[in-house]
Amino acid sequence: MDVIELRGAMVFLGRFPALAGVNLTVESGEIVALQGANGAGKTTLLKLCAGLLPLGSGSGKVLGHDLFTEQQSIRRSVAMLGHTSGLYEDLTARENIIFWAQASGLDKSTAHERAENAIKRMGVEERLLNLPVSRLSAGQKRRTSLASLTVRRPELWLLDEPHSGLDQDGREAIDSFIKEVVSVGGTVLIASHELDRVSSLSPRVITVAGGIILEDEDQ
Amino acid sequence: MNQFMHDLLLVAKKDLRIEIRSRVIINQVVPFALLVLVLFGFALDADQKTLRVFSPGLFWVAVLLSLLLAIQRSVSLETANDSLTGLKLAGLSPAAIFFGKSIAIFTQIVFLELLLTGGIIIFYGSVIEDPALWVVAGLVTALAVSVTGTLYGALASGLEVRETLLPILLLPVLAPVLIGATKAYSGALGETISNGWQWTGLLSLFALIAATLGSLAYGVLVEE
Repeated sequence: MDVIELRGAMVFLGRFPALAGVNLTVESGEIVALQGANGAGKTTLLKLCAGLLPLGSGSGKVLGHDLFTEQQSIRRSVAMLGHTSGLYEDLTARENIIFWAQASGLDKSTAHERAENAIKRMGVEERLLNLPVSRLSAGQKRRTSLASLTVRRPELWLLDEPHSGLDQDGREAIDSFIKEVVSVGGTVLIASHELDRVSSLSPRVITVAGGIILEDEDQ
Repeated sequence: MNQFMHDLLLVAKKDLRIEIRSRVIINQVVPFALLVLVLFGFALDADQKTLRVFSPGLFWVAVLLSLLLAIQRSVSLETANDSLTGLKLAGLSPAAIFFGKSIAIFTQIVFLELLLTGGIIIFYGSVIEDPALWVVAGLVTALAVSVTGTLYGALASGLEVRETLLPILLLPVLAPVLIGATKAYSGALGETISNGWQWTGLLSLFALIAATLGSLAYGVLVEE
């Protein structure tokens, strides 16, 4: 099954064509790495796939939902980890994870149950769970962000520079998480500058430049 | 409807929990508002009788200036780590986010009004002659400024210069509220002959229109 299917997809930021006719097919269970210079269009492509940016022209479906007409359905089915943590700094890690579980429509008891499972899965240390997020390290914040997204059980993960700012342990934790997501049938699209790192995770590396796909290769 | 209320209360509780935790309202906004009251006293170089006459207007100017801080804070909660994108991806309805954030600001403004009421009684020697009017006009005005502030906070949130632009955009819109609330409170204090209940009715109408427009427009404003 195709999780992402784009045909001649264009996205305009004002008048500027941030994506200038992208054709892309991603199948279920794939890990696909996007590489390219700053401003190449990697983040725009991820945001389009998350339903956060409107499709200017062309056509596209994500998880079977049309990008023109079913953006809300797409948003509920994907998880996107951007450059920022998406967390509330004055809430504790546990409060953040529970909040995001409840925000995705879960009732209180299910939200708590899923939050505890996500905490175990992401290896967020117990002693850190009751600290405000502002006091956590970059690596712990990233783990908390991923735990907050895991509670929603998304089918498609869109990760924008997930390794940046992390130490070796943090990077390995992200790699393990990505492998685990795929092992249970998830699909991952990663934008990264670190070609060596992402190519070890994914045989398929796509080079984006000037808003188009320059190269799409299986290594 | 149940999901809407669930989302609305979730956002409101989250914002209030953050405010209680961070103590920004207690440590910064409240002292700022009380300082404004004191400075008005110095600036007018007036005796208590004169200050009592002007106290409704001074009260509401202090509230509006403090509101700006509360709105900036409310906006920054969602923009600091781009949590707003998370709310959009979670599928929360924009109207629920709007009302949730408005309720959190409303609660803070009501708390501030309580303290400022104590402030004008102590500093200016004001006496409340119609407590019912004082309470109802205070609640209605708090609602009007909260929903309007939340809407304009979203409008300015995408702009680089939002800290300086928000007062320029918001204060002129709230000028009618300032007039109405001052008239209503003048009636409640018995300082001037004004029909405070009629002014409160007008404030209710303003709050209703602002809440309706806000719930419709918020979604458009927070989309990229």
